Amino acid sequence: MMKKTIQHYILGNLLFTEDESALQDGDSFLDSGIIDSTGVLEIILFIEETFGIKVNDDEMIPANLDSVDNLAAFINRKQAIAA
Amino acid sequence: MSRLLQDTLLATASRYPDHCALIAGDVRMSYSEALHYACRLAHALRAHGVGRGDRVAIFMDNTWQCALAIYGVLLADAVFVTINAQTKTDKLVFILRDADARVLLSEAHFIRVFGPVAEQLPMLRILCSAESSALPAGIENLNDTLINMPSTPPPQRAITLDLAALIYTSGTTGEPKGVMHSHQSLLFVLDSINEYLGFSTDDRLFSALPLNFGYGLFQWLSAVHAGATLVLERSFTYPAQVFKRMHDEAVTSFASVPTVFALMLAQDAKQALCFPSVRRITNAAAALPAEFIPGIRRLFPQASLYKMYGQTECIRSAYLNPGLADTKPESVGCAIPGTELLLLNENGQPVARGEVGNLYVRGPHVMRGYWKQPEKTAEMLIPGPLPGEFILKSGDLFRQDAEGDFYFVARSDEIIKSRGEKVSPAEVENAIYSLAAVQDAVVIGIPDPLLGEAVCAFVATRQGEELSVQQIKRICSERLENYMVPKHILLLPELPRTVNGKLSRKLIMEQCAALLAELN
Repeated sequence: MMKKTIQHYILGNLLFTEDESALQDGDSFLDSGIIDSTGVLEIILFIEETFGIKVNDDEMIPANLDSVDNLAAFINRKQAIAA
Repeated sequence: MSRLLQDTLLATASRYPDHCALIAGDVRMSYSEALHYACRLAHALRAHGVGRGDRVAIFMDNTWQCALAIYGVLLADAVFVTINAQTKTDKLVFILRDADARVLLSEAHFIRVFGPVAEQLPMLRILCSAESSALPAGIENLNDTLINMPSTPPPQRAITLDLAALIYTSGTTGEPKGVMHSHQSLLFVLDSINEYLGFSTDDRLFSALPLNFGYGLFQWLSAVHAGATLVLERSFTYPAQVFKRMHDEAVTSFASVPTVFALMLAQDAKQALCFPSVRRITNAAAALPAEFIPGIRRLFPQASLYKMYGQTECIRSAYLNPGLADTKPESVGCAIPGTELLLLNENGQPVARGEVGNLYVRGPHVMRGYWKQPEKTAEMLIPGPLPGEFILKSGDLFRQDAEGDFYFVARSDEIIKSRGEKVSPAEVENAIYSLAAVQDAVVIGIPDPLLGEAVCAFVATRQGEELSVQQIKRICSERLENYMVPKHILLLPELPRTVNGKLSRKLIMEQCAALLAELN
């Protein structure tokens, strides 16, 4: 469910499409040229608002943010700590 | 004495073979390793039919392969054509065709973009750096090709007047133009830049600027020329990773553009940043707002700040003596060593000191012209004082103060500068017009605190047709590099025209002033 939400956000706001085949959960945003330095700030704003977490500056690394899978795992970890 | 650009690598590798040349991702390479790889690539290119003066396109991210490919192409006596990693298929085909490239060097994760190229350009050989050897038909694995190649330089026939690079840049007409630089022009500007920046072997230059444009390319060329180390990042996308790398590698020189300084200052406001190892910071590609300077001083307490100005057609034109950064924060300083800047009026006569004039650049760093575009070349290169000499029309208006330092006043064309990248309004408009429902489209740049200028599109739909902002953004992101995709799109019932029936940027700006004010 969380992955779908993230995937739809990225498709709609960074790829401007509804075609789900355009983005696989494991696709690196960097490799596929989906985001740049302003795009990553949009994604952070989105996950902070949608999933009620706070992304620290030192967490802005590819391991946390560079694919739908990475984002979902990162959000889960953050929510588990907060809970 | 270097006559060819690659001589700088040969000289440095011979003097400092074990010194670290390049750090990129997990890879650290010495100068001798860098040279050996570049030589193997040069032999591979020769084996693929590349000869003196042939164009080899490099469509890669900011990777070590990309950095070394530049020298590999040169060592093959060929001309390198670096292409922005965000380029989409249609534009890639345009550039490959325009440059008449013989070989395309790329990386596996770009297959989606360059895959369709193979069918459209059957004469082009494609070599792709890939981990696995399973690649689609017609695409060769570069890594496999290099294995048995000799690591000594192949014999070279190029002379200093030959072309070394074609650097594609956005033009006012919407189609990119290849800026021709010879070995001579690039070596000259490299010497000049390294002279005023004073790089030495213990410098560690940091760059996340793309290698495909002059400012990013010259971080690497400068490092090689000085025998310094380049710490190369793919992009500024993940700031925490970038900052960690800068700290871990104790970088001494930081090259950036205003948008990145703005991002850093925004981060610093939340969580203090400080880079005490940095001795030198440079700004180019767009004017650095004076109000950034105190914050930049805090971030880089030990650094001299160099404000610079240039364009692809001559790489670099001016720099401000760092001692004046605080007293003349609006100035870009004076001509780089060995060159001259002229301010001329519409009749080609010098303007009086203090008056606004068109800036012209004189020196051996001026391009040879635009590839296969004699008319456009004649607009930009005009006869200079000596027979056979040409000076470059910058397209920018400047004035000079009493001490001779230069101040940017305005551009004389409609090119937008967003994130330090040149955006051609016509190129964006062409992408929007490809939607059948579009009646009129006009693209302008509007002031933006982070981007410098934000790309803003005004679009009117044909009667009875429907069109959404989403559709327009999508077509733009499918066809254009990310930085060209409009940040703002305003759908209007119709766009204002002049009495002659022409679309007018000026009228749109005036009539939409209220709408534009709301955007920020």
